[in-house]
Amino acid sequence: MSTLNFVIVGHVDHGKSSLIGRLLYETNSLPAGVMEEVTKTSQDLGREVEFAYLLDHLEEERQQGITIDTTQVFFKTAKRDYVIIDAPGHVEFVKNMITGASQAEAAVLIIDVKEGVQQQTKRHAYILSLLGLGQVVVVLNKMDLVDYSREVFEQVKADIAGFLASIKVSPLLYIPIAATKGENISKRSEKMAWYEGPTFLECLDELRNIEGPETKPLMMPVQDIYRIDDKRITAGRIEAGSLKAGQKVKILPTGEQTQIRTIEKFPSQVASAGAGESIGVTTADPAFIERGSVLCQADFEPAMADEFEATMIWMSKKDMKKGERLTLRCATQEQTCRVERIGRRIDSSSLEVLGEDADILKNLEVGEVIIRTKDPIVLTMFSDVQELGRFVMVRDENICAGGIIVRECN
Amino acid sequence: MATNMSRLDKLENQSIFIIREAYSQFRNVAMLWSIGKDSTTLLWLCRKAFFGRIPFPIVHIDTTYKFKEIYEFREKYTKEWGLNLIVAKNEDALSHGVGPETGKFKCCTELKTNALKQAIGKYGWRALYLAIRRDEHGIRAKERIFSPRDEDFEWDYRNQPPELWDQYKTRAADEEHLRVHPMLGWREIDIWEYVLRENIPCTSLYFTKNGKRYRSIGCHTCCMPIDSDADTVEKIVEELRTSRIAERSGRAQDKESAYMMQKLRSLGYM
Repeated sequence: MSTLNFVIVGHVDHGKSSLIGRLLYETNSLPAGVMEEVTKTSQDLGREVEFAYLLDHLEEERQQGITIDTTQVFFKTAKRDYVIIDAPGHVEFVKNMITGASQAEAAVLIIDVKEGVQQQTKRHAYILSLLGLGQVVVVLNKMDLVDYSREVFEQVKADIAGFLASIKVSPLLYIPIAATKGENISKRSEKMAWYEGPTFLECLDELRNIEGPETKPLMMPVQDIYRIDDKRITAGRIEAGSLKAGQKVKILPTGEQTQIRTIEKFPSQVASAGAGESIGVTTADPAFIERGSVLCQADFEPAMADEFEATMIWMSKKDMKKGERLTLRCATQEQTCRVERIGRRIDSSSLEVLGEDADILKNLEVGEVIIRTKDPIVLTMFSDVQELGRFVMVRDENICAGGIIVRECN
Repeated sequence: MATNMSRLDKLENQSIFIIREAYSQFRNVAMLWSIGKDSTTLLWLCRKAFFGRIPFPIVHIDTTYKFKEIYEFREKYTKEWGLNLIVAKNEDALSHGVGPETGKFKCCTELKTNALKQAIGKYGWRALYLAIRRDEHGIRAKERIFSPRDEDFEWDYRNQPPELWDQYKTRAADEEHLRVHPMLGWREIDIWEYVLRENIPCTSLYFTKNGKRYRSIGCHTCCMPIDSDADTVEKIVEELRTSRIAERSGRAQDKESAYMMQKLRSLGYM
């Protein structure tokens, strides 16, 4: 049985946690005793039983009624297993939302029909598009509060559709739901007979797992080198393509060529390995390989560049200044870098262009930038091999930006 | 990721990737081994990651209230797998009579959390591998894969650093050490299916004797066996497919008060 990871995003209080609580309840995924615990906690806090409490395990989250951190929960349908990533909707916690969304294969954007499209609705949708998460479903929640009105549904749907089109996100579906009442979650809503599409669960079962890049040319970023007895083992994970014992490979950035002698997968050796596998290899020659090297196939190798165009989001309260020294990490490569040019500086919730040829990026602003690294790095476009087409930036030992590579400049 | 990979293959490969990332970043690391099913599985994954030669110490935090089966298992596999085992005890607290009868919260804090603090102080590890999983307990669902602890050993869950894709943070100056959680995405049933597939040894406490078995193992004073007929790994997998009883329902520290686990974790409990 396969597993699908999806994230639920949207503005604070639009019902993410309630939707998840309801899903767990309706798919019979709650451990015995949990519903009782939630009932008791709700009473202790003097509130009605809230499905959202099924997820909110931090004392503070329960008291404030908002999700602070990313939570992962599990449920299954007859078709497959699911991991739901519940991402906080409050602006203070956008970096937690980004953390959650970066682990997902699909996203559900939830909107309170009564409140309509809000600041974080837009920001989250924009971040999904930045992270390259193309598989999006929109659910319009709290239909019970608008008497299950088709007109209200169509109006909010039109609002969000217009916005999503402007950021090139094409949702697969818009579903009217009432999470707390269980309308259109696993059972078709009789109150919304005008809606003829699938229920939320039916829709989830139709989502695709992200296809593996195993048919692409080989790319294996090196993690480390281990010496085991007289063997020198190069460890890493194949990010694209496959590898056979005896195959000739090229090592970037040096360009040296060698032959794979053995593929090591403790406790044995294997004849071949494919994308997604964490392996070790030994080579025929004592070639120069270190962490950050990329093993690839000659003539089908990724680009090397010390300057490239990227779209990035800044995630630190301390501004990024153009030309500031930062550390860039792309796959297992690490390099000093500078943002040479901030072509456009964009507000991530309104998409308003805050400046062209700007000097700084502030917290949660998006930049269309040109990045220069100290030495050339091995890269691809994000649309080619994701792992070598995306990067993070590190300042003071914390990740403070993430981005995707649009194209190399040289 | 190859599309034809099974869930267990994906989990195994991802965990090995994380284990290698942390070792590459820090070198001076250690793994906590409680000798239960999860940390024994983590140990198995570490053996795979380093081709049978784990290059760091394996630490057992010994409260001295563990089951005798745990000690036997520890001795047997330390030898068989050639582990560099370090047994850490809070000798001071033990000599002052700290134990379950002096209060569970104090007992866990002194004999587990503080024993670990002392060991870190002595050996100076920069990162520790732990086998916690997100599905074990609601609080653990909030964890990051690389999770910093500050000088006071506290977990600032309000302000966790972002973790994007497969990029993890490194340690900052004001952080005591990093907790590395290579198995966060595993579920209890994944562990048992993997134990079955790989034939990983597990202590006999997990298998039914006289109609009872342990599902989660801590100290003998603070965990209760469950009713079960499962006397093989296959039967445990089958039991979990149908059970809706929470895994840690037999663990006292989760129950004592609604927030004890949260308090313990923010103070550095494993």
